Amino acid sequence: MNALILAADNVNVAQNIAFGVIATVMIFAAFSVVTTKNVVHAALYLVVVLAGVAAQYILAAAEFVAVSQVMVYIGAVMVLFLFGIMLTRAQIGKEEGLNNKGWQLGIPVALLLFGLMAYVIVDTFEDQVITEVTPFPTEGIADQVLSPFLVPFLAISFVLLAAAIGAIVLARKD
Amino acid sequence: MLAVNFLLLAAVLFCIGVFGVIARRNAVMVLMSIELILNAVNLNLIAFALMNNNQEGHVFALYVIAIAAAEVGVGLAMVLMIYRNRKSIALDELSEMKG
Repeated sequence: MNALILAADNVNVAQNIAFGVIATVMIFAAFSVVTTKNVVHAALYLVVVLAGVAAQYILAAAEFVAVSQVMVYIGAVMVLFLFGIMLTRAQIGKEEGLNNKGWQLGIPVALLLFGLMAYVIVDTFEDQVITEVTPFPTEGIADQVLSPFLVPFLAISFVLLAAAIGAIVLARKD
Repeated sequence: MLAVNFLLLAAVLFCIGVFGVIARRNAVMVLMSIELILNAVNLNLIAFALMNNNQEGHVFALYVIAIAAAEVGVGLAMVLMIYRNRKSIALDELSEMKG
């Protein structure tokens, strides 16, 4: 089915190839995050996944969200994770006991969930083709945030403030 | 390009994240798996914005990014506090609240 669509006109082949390459790298890295035995390696694989997500955003014509993803996730959240790993004194190198005793239970749960979601997604959007990607202007986001979504925006600023103060209070020594 | 591509990729990432949350014992690793799940949802929001040619999905994705940043900050602070009190962040040892 995919090869047929790739050969059709009015479909951007370069975009499809880029999508496939990035998606493969992302899935491999995400799988490594949940299977590796080294906590620091897991954090570094997570960087690959987050960068891949940013690249997919650019493919989907969402540049502003992609830049935010790079700044917030790769810039801030990853540093936070590495600090968390270092401050909880993870072993350097391989570590046993990173998994729960009944970790095999996760495999059927994840496979069942994926089967269900894949069935629903393919059933609903089977032959919907995105022919032309029109870039969205970044002003549009500003217009949306500052008029219809203003109240959630203010709420989010309070949540961030509360989270910052709460994190300081929780992590303080005394 | 096919709309299904983005949604299936997001579904794969989501399921890998769910597996990580179930399987991992280290609290920091569970937080990383939660990041995978949040990113999968964000990818879905962007894909639907593209499919419907509607920019509201981008705004939602930005809000989810902000909430995720707050969640990681508070989560790691809690993990640090637990580590300071118990010298361990293994989740199966935190069973005081068992009924």
